[in-house]
Amino acid sequence: MVDISPSLAPPRARRPLGQAVARFRRHRMAMGGLVFLVAMGLIVVFAPFFLPYTYDGQDFNFIGSPGAMSAQHWLGTDELGRDALTRLVYGGRVSLGVGLLGAVISTVLGTAIGAVSGFYRGLVDIVLMRFTDVMLSIPTLPLVLLLSTFFRPSPVLLIGIVGGLIWMGTARLVRAQFLALREREYVEAARALGAGGARLMFRHILPNAVGPISVAATLAVGTSIMMESGLSFLGFGILPPVPTWGNLLNAASAWLGIAPWLAIPPGLCIFCTVLAVNFVGEGLRDALEPRL
Amino acid sequence: MSGPLLEVEGLKVHFPVGKTLWKPGATVRAVEDVSFTLEKGEVLGLVGESGSGKTTLGRSILRLVEPTGGVVRYDGQDVTAAGPAELRALRSKMQIIFQDPYASLNPRMSVRDILGEALMLHGVGSRADRGARITALLERVGLPGWAADRFPHEFSGGQRQRIGIARALSVGPGFIVADEPVSALDVSIQAQIVNLLSDLRRDLGLSLLFIGHDLSVIEYLCNRVLVLYLGRVMETAPVGPLYTRPRHPYTRALLDAAPVAAPGGQRERIVLTGDIPSPLAPPSGCVFRTRCPFAMPACAEAVPALREVAPGHSVACLRADEIDLASR
Repeated sequence: MVDISPSLAPPRARRPLGQAVARFRRHRMAMGGLVFLVAMGLIVVFAPFFLPYTYDGQDFNFIGSPGAMSAQHWLGTDELGRDALTRLVYGGRVSLGVGLLGAVISTVLGTAIGAVSGFYRGLVDIVLMRFTDVMLSIPTLPLVLLLSTFFRPSPVLLIGIVGGLIWMGTARLVRAQFLALREREYVEAARALGAGGARLMFRHILPNAVGPISVAATLAVGTSIMMESGLSFLGFGILPPVPTWGNLLNAASAWLGIAPWLAIPPGLCIFCTVLAVNFVGEGLRDALEPRL
Repeated sequence: MSGPLLEVEGLKVHFPVGKTLWKPGATVRAVEDVSFTLEKGEVLGLVGESGSGKTTLGRSILRLVEPTGGVVRYDGQDVTAAGPAELRALRSKMQIIFQDPYASLNPRMSVRDILGEALMLHGVGSRADRGARITALLERVGLPGWAADRFPHEFSGGQRQRIGIARALSVGPGFIVADEPVSALDVSIQAQIVNLLSDLRRDLGLSLLFIGHDLSVIEYLCNRVLVLYLGRVMETAPVGPLYTRPRHPYTRALLDAAPVAAPGGQRERIVLTGDIPSPLAPPSGCVFRTRCPFAMPACAEAVPALREVAPGHSVACLRADEIDLASR
């Protein structure tokens, strides 16, 4: 009865995860993006401890109109004499924080709705997917305008709004994954063993959908940073004096002609961060879902 | 407990297709009025070409696909009417082995997790002795104990199929549906898996429903054979008579399609042309009549009943008595 082919050597676990990490590391742009994001994260978290100014501290030498870049104020000051670099770093905290948490909410919401929809199918699926369609067809800006007349925007609320407005793509993706994976034989085998719905979803289907979900989650970070910046730029997001990259850009736009050094850094931060996030997302996709 | 281990009576599985809110759609009759019994320790072969409903029949017995009608009884207990709790208990008695060993094991779970989950779901053994049980199961199917800490992708197809068999065995079933368990494997590996199944049947007194299309494997492993066409039973007989003296033209065609090592010998064969008709619109009367060389007008009128022509040998053909199929 014992007939083992010699190809099996003694135990040495090589998990699929190890291969994915190796593939990711070979992806140059993704690695570059990851390094950029980690650096940005470290700066935003730790730099304020080394900066001599607070984000709302004013330097009365430069009040009235924007101050130029100098040895004291590397990126200049705004019209109220506040240090631009300090505000940029603090703004990054808010923007990255909202971006990250908004993406978390979007991913959790999208995964939950997509999973239930794809797993149970039928009426549940129809109802949830029509709801998703409705959410997709609501124009974002008018809705946010409306909300901002009722609520005073706070970071927590903004995270909720951002997350609540961008989960639909994830939901559709996860639904498609669940529809396909629920028919796999290993899922059927678990069902034949009497596994319940929750076990099938969380133990058998979800772990096999982690690749696409984490790609979607990464891309959602980019989307929610953009959305936060957009909303803050228009004045419906986080309100001054708390800085975000978006409202810094808004404040700088008034002085664009005479003090472009105020607008360029936050704009560049948003641009580079979103780009880096998308590179990482692309690298993850290639690493987790090798199709070739 | 006397009587057969498994009884299937008038089992039907229909799938609605193309149904929308506005139009009714059609019905695929995947399994239509199938009845048979299976004794303890018996191996029943289920043959038929692709699309004949073999897999659906196997799955509907386990209620992985809900039957539309009919009754399945396991050891006297009605499977088709079982509630969720009863069905869960029945799952430890009726198991399944899948065709594709590459799709039937969760790639994210180690072998220990795969087998441990089955044991856990049915509360087999205490937490502490599950490790020993897993080792014993692996050895039972011819794998070393350290295979438990490996992941499915580290094994070959034949080894994966052994893991699939170990999973089915883990809960101590009396009946296993083997859904083409060797069709995806190399010929040399097929023999090992077939022998393993044969050993398990002998040692554990398992009953098997062996779905396959390799007639030589069926002949080797099975006691009885059920021939399915378009979801209906065409013929059922013990292995010997079925191979030497088939009574249904379709059975004969299947046998003739298998290559035979007979140098020089010219055989008179029934060769089927075309594809199996759509189960959306099966032919009237005998479903096989559109491809049957012996069809006559009466075949289109009524569905021929399965009738016994010899002890344990039943055939659903109007002309079974007049046509001679045995000369081969």
